[in-house]
Amino acid sequence: MRGRNLPRLSLHVPEPRFRPGDAVDFTDFAVPVAGAQARPDISAGAREISGFAYEMIRVLDDAGRAIGPWAPSLSSDRLRNMLRQMVLLRIFDDRFFRAQRQGKTSFYMKSTGEEATSIGAAHALHDDDMCFPSYRQQGLLIARGYPLIEMMCQIYSNSGDHLKGRQLPVMYSAAEKSFFSISGNLTTQYPQAVGWAMGSAIKGDTRIAAAWCGEGSTAEGDFHSALTFAAVYRAPVVLNIINNQWAISSFSGFAGAESTTFAARAIGYGIAGLRVDGNDILAVYAATEWAAERARAGHGPTLIEHFTYRAEGHSTSDDPSRYRAAEERTLWPLGDPIVRLKQHLIMMGEWDDERHEALEKECVATVREIAREAEAKGVLGDGLRHHSFETMFEDVFEELPAHLREQRDQMIAEREAAGLKL
Amino acid sequence: MTSMTMLQAINSALDVMMSRDPDVVVLGEDVGYFGGVFKATQGLQAKYGKTRVFDTPINEGGIIGVAVGMAAYGLRPVPEIQFADYIYPAFDQLVSEAARLRYRSAGDFTAPLTVRSPMGGGIFGGQTHSQSPEGIFTHVAGLKTVIPSTPYDAKGLLIASIEDNDPVIFLEPKRIYNGPFDGHYDRPVKSWAQHPASDVPDGHYVVPLGKAAIVREGEDLTIIAYGTMVHVVAAFAEENGIDAEIIDLRTLVPLDIDTITASVEKTGRCMVVHEATRTGGFGAEIAAEIQERCFYALEAPVQRVTGWDTPYPHALEWAYFPGPVRLTQAYKKLMEA
Repeated sequence: MRGRNLPRLSLHVPEPRFRPGDAVDFTDFAVPVAGAQARPDISAGAREISGFAYEMIRVLDDAGRAIGPWAPSLSSDRLRNMLRQMVLLRIFDDRFFRAQRQGKTSFYMKSTGEEATSIGAAHALHDDDMCFPSYRQQGLLIARGYPLIEMMCQIYSNSGDHLKGRQLPVMYSAAEKSFFSISGNLTTQYPQAVGWAMGSAIKGDTRIAAAWCGEGSTAEGDFHSALTFAAVYRAPVVLNIINNQWAISSFSGFAGAESTTFAARAIGYGIAGLRVDGNDILAVYAATEWAAERARAGHGPTLIEHFTYRAEGHSTSDDPSRYRAAEERTLWPLGDPIVRLKQHLIMMGEWDDERHEALEKECVATVREIAREAEAKGVLGDGLRHHSFETMFEDVFEELPAHLREQRDQMIAEREAAGLKL
Repeated sequence: MTSMTMLQAINSALDVMMSRDPDVVVLGEDVGYFGGVFKATQGLQAKYGKTRVFDTPINEGGIIGVAVGMAAYGLRPVPEIQFADYIYPAFDQLVSEAARLRYRSAGDFTAPLTVRSPMGGGIFGGQTHSQSPEGIFTHVAGLKTVIPSTPYDAKGLLIASIEDNDPVIFLEPKRIYNGPFDGHYDRPVKSWAQHPASDVPDGHYVVPLGKAAIVREGEDLTIIAYGTMVHVVAAFAEENGIDAEIIDLRTLVPLDIDTITASVEKTGRCMVVHEATRTGGFGAEIAAEIQERCFYALEAPVQRVTGWDTPYPHALEWAYFPGPVRLTQAYKKLMEA
């Protein structure tokens, strides 16, 4: 093949703009104007609104005003409740990140900087709409009033963990809050959400489904399976992509962000795609509400890209200073979701710094108090307060088959023979 | 009672379950209007409507993924994967999701789906329409694996699988869809009509999961098989006047170990037969169980008669297939030991 006098090929390997030590400069990032986006009717054809996949829906402007046709009319009580839940979530995350560092559990994942994407969505959905979360949507549970102690016992895998210590911390499951069991394998929940929504439609139910994945895992086959099925059957589902720009150490370019937006993935499937400022909780709320109404009215699925920034590491297992520039977080032009809602409430005359400080103190105290209660039920590896050994064999099947009964007895016998606790 | 082929029995099981339970839905490639490439779902869409029996995109991962979601909603989906050879794109949804959902959520959510899929060779299907992947699924905690060998069992086991609250991989040996196979590819195909197990009740009945069947009682050796190979070994024993005890496993997981050990304790010799490749196949598991449990009753090493460890060949299919020639050699080794 050589010598044909053709230009030699070269492979493009994406590279993020800033690595550790680089000066961060976002001045060329054109922040979309808040309030400038039209709000189409919920019955609009996917094709006629394809432009929304490339724009960005924003409601809160730099001064903290809520403007434009997407601005939702929410009471100040509701807004304060959203703020409280975001603050509580951030404090909860801080506390359990530290608990991992203290050796009380194996693993933790914070949602710092992304709180609006789950809290805002939970407020726009009905409480019995079924959520198929990824591992960073603990905000859904907090917004739906799931008892914090249940979350904590799960994180500690202790005797109070209703998942019997089987799942990695933060892989919650809460059927009573319409919150699906978190897998840990990425985007498997996407086709499941579509299937759940299809089931709801088959049965003539009124509930819809919603799913979340990260921008990195839009590369998984299941993402594309889900969009295909959702489009074909016009499933009543809201599919969310949390574009926090980082998948562990891989920037969003490795999922295709250099070439297009993630919302634009919707276009090829013929479903509605919206791109939203994910640090603007009012925009998240408004877009989710639009998509939910669209689904309920039988106009099919919506793909929403929430453009945000993962302010901390992927989990307790990585150090972001090893792969990205530290200043990214502070210089990120779309700001912090808590600060932005706080500013909005202050501007409305419905909040002030004193009350905010009091709120933070109250949340710290609440988390501390409940954590104490949870730790009384055990922490991971204390060897004392966990579910009994034979529970390992339960729930593999509805009924315990002979071979598992035999293996359970063998385990008990081997522990007995070794003089270990039963 | 009606004389049915295995395909008709499967169709009848689906019909019975769809009429009894409004939560049963059937989905898969070409299963709707067309009734499936093998006609297993024929007539069901016309009878039960498009929202309970419908075609899907050509996307096996999606088929199983949405079926898991439907099951979590409360339905009882029966997805069809057109050929077992196509099931691999759905592997993650089966292994990581359906199989573990009850466990990981401590019963918050379950996945009562029955994945139907035609398996096995002997039809000149080449490498992509002949595989026997059961051993891949029997290795997974949380999945049940069922393989029928007769119309009667196919219907009763399929009904039991659909009624089961755990995910079931229901593999249908397509070589025997329309008639039993004696292992002689050069002889005319027999029809099910002459076989006693083609008498199938029209209504609801169950063949319980986890129970093997003794197809033929015998004293000289135990032959353990399932699916198509049950008929191949039965013909082999009959043609050679061998007093074999033949066990049809019917369900691989959970395994009916008691029926196996009782037989091997009696005969002292055992042959395990399957079409699937040899290394790490389900026959290895059976052989290991037997040597752990029946070692002192054994008169000879357990023999495995299997497909070769190659991809399934097209033109050389009958040199691959574990038919009478390979059975004869294994039988000699067992009896001469």
